[in-house]
Amino acid sequence: MAKIYDLLVKDVRFREGLTACMNCGICTASCPAAEFYDYDPRKICNLVQSKDEEKIVALLKSDTIWYCGQCMSCKTRCPRGNAPALVISVLRKLSQELGYFTESEKGRQQYAINRTIGENIVNIGYCVTVEKIVPKMHPEQGPVWDWYYQNAEEVVDRLGGNYMKEGPGALRIIPKESIDEIQKIFEVTGGTKLSNTIEHFSEDKANELEIPFNSAIEGNDYFNHVFTENSNQHQK
Amino acid sequence: MGMEIKKQYWNEYQKEIAQDDYFYERSCIRQTFFPGSEATFLNILRDELGKKIVDDPKIHTCTGIGYHSDIVPFDTTMTICARLFSLMNGAGLKNYVPSCVTSFGIFNEVLDTWKHYPEELEKTRVNLRKATGREFEVPDNIAHPSDIIYNFRKQLKLKMKYQLVNRKTGKPLKVVEHIGCHYSKIFAEKSIGGAEFPHVLAGMIEEWGGEVVDYPERRHCCGFGFRNYLVMANRGYSVANSKKKFESMKPYKPDFILTNCPGCAMFMDRWQYTIAEMEGTTYDENGKGIPVLTYEEMTGMLLGYNPWDIGMQVHQVQTESILDKIGIDYNPQDKYVGVSGMFLGEPEKPTNLVV
Repeated sequence: MAKIYDLLVKDVRFREGLTACMNCGICTASCPAAEFYDYDPRKICNLVQSKDEEKIVALLKSDTIWYCGQCMSCKTRCPRGNAPALVISVLRKLSQELGYFTESEKGRQQYAINRTIGENIVNIGYCVTVEKIVPKMHPEQGPVWDWYYQNAEEVVDRLGGNYMKEGPGALRIIPKESIDEIQKIFEVTGGTKLSNTIEHFSEDKANELEIPFNSAIEGNDYFNHVFTENSNQHQK
Repeated sequence: MGMEIKKQYWNEYQKEIAQDDYFYERSCIRQTFFPGSEATFLNILRDELGKKIVDDPKIHTCTGIGYHSDIVPFDTTMTICARLFSLMNGAGLKNYVPSCVTSFGIFNEVLDTWKHYPEELEKTRVNLRKATGREFEVPDNIAHPSDIIYNFRKQLKLKMKYQLVNRKTGKPLKVVEHIGCHYSKIFAEKSIGGAEFPHVLAGMIEEWGGEVVDYPERRHCCGFGFRNYLVMANRGYSVANSKKKFESMKPYKPDFILTNCPGCAMFMDRWQYTIAEMEGTTYDENGKGIPVLTYEEMTGMLLGYNPWDIGMQVHQVQTESILDKIGIDYNPQDKYVGVSGMFLGEPEKPTNLVV
């Protein structure tokens, strides 16, 4: 296998996101994740710049790279125009490709995101739609959302939408031609491969942890485990 | 400092916004939670401003939420964006208008990458051709819908029935605005006012009679944080960031929160409900919370549109206080009526949040 650092540099976002970081720490000062979690983007940039293979592998297996919220405040503030959040994206990509993401609690959550947002994109053409925001999975949405969810077609169409029907408008059915082309794009560009990789390593981890795993979300203990597990060991 | 130098300085905070002939891309979150805002924007452009804007049923996600939660590779996102550009080309248009702030950031990131790394553009052309047989050209102009409303704010003012003024006191309504991280933090030069002097929403508020409240955490993230909301175990991050903003704005007693980004509008509404139910805290004096509006809703409301036709009833924090302060007539019996004219029943009442 190529050296980890060489794999990182292959990604254009890594070259764009990290050039001669001087470790001033303004990224950390402005970072919402650093305020909430035991997280420090300055240290991550410093570690990655060191090109220390062992430490980078440990980073890829840790919870640390999964704390970033991708708000990009770091890019705004960096005096050298770097973007630690882009570096994080590349680290996450590599962690998934190498199967390291299943070694951490926060990394294992990628399985749940792949099975929800990932499947929505290729099957219905959007990351979310009304029927995917199931109230029992989203208690924070409150009773107005419950009312909206129960009366979706009546409400959406009153508001100028075109709920689950053909033609233009909010929440219409996406034509088959578009869904087919989205799926072909995912196959050609590595989207399907990444999804399968996440699935494959997650199933291995489920077997290792002896947590039942299946292809559906309903009744999938491993999905529920990664979606809800919180060890509360993530704050400073 | 001479006026010419001043003008040059402020030019950095302006952007070019196409005047007409737009291609609209719907947002995953906006169309799901606030479909009335998207419809209102299209109605304003067509009916009030006489502009051409195409709403193509073949459009789809830009993958933004999947990309920023790292389950979609950048190559895939670039090629999906290229397909959307191809649809725009097919409609004979050159001005791209993504409804979502995340999408706005995605498209600017993709175009910036193609500008600085032409080999990525070539790779995307090959990928799109191989997958779909399509070709594409990049847009001449990308503007967020709020850029367009801002650009025409003076024309729209002439058509408005109401202003952001308290009818009883005659004083401007106090508004806190939140432009959304990906509107200006990734590419400040692509936004109005940049990250330091956010003016896209402030310009609307001031033009239409309101007062902008500049509170300490004005630029802080709403807390979405992509994977930090998508996974139930992580939502403490999301609500904690919103709470930080609410606590910062509370002392200024804002009449409402105005949002740019679909996600921010939803989170700043729902997290107020959640905090109220979890710990009994609300950020106004009456236990009702601070209402949150989208800029499309605010514009439609001032133009005199029926608030229940533009979606002001789908917020958990109730919006009637804004209507009452301005003096806008509305029919309470019409609030929970569907497209068929049928009364749909009322949502249950929360335990703590007053509705």
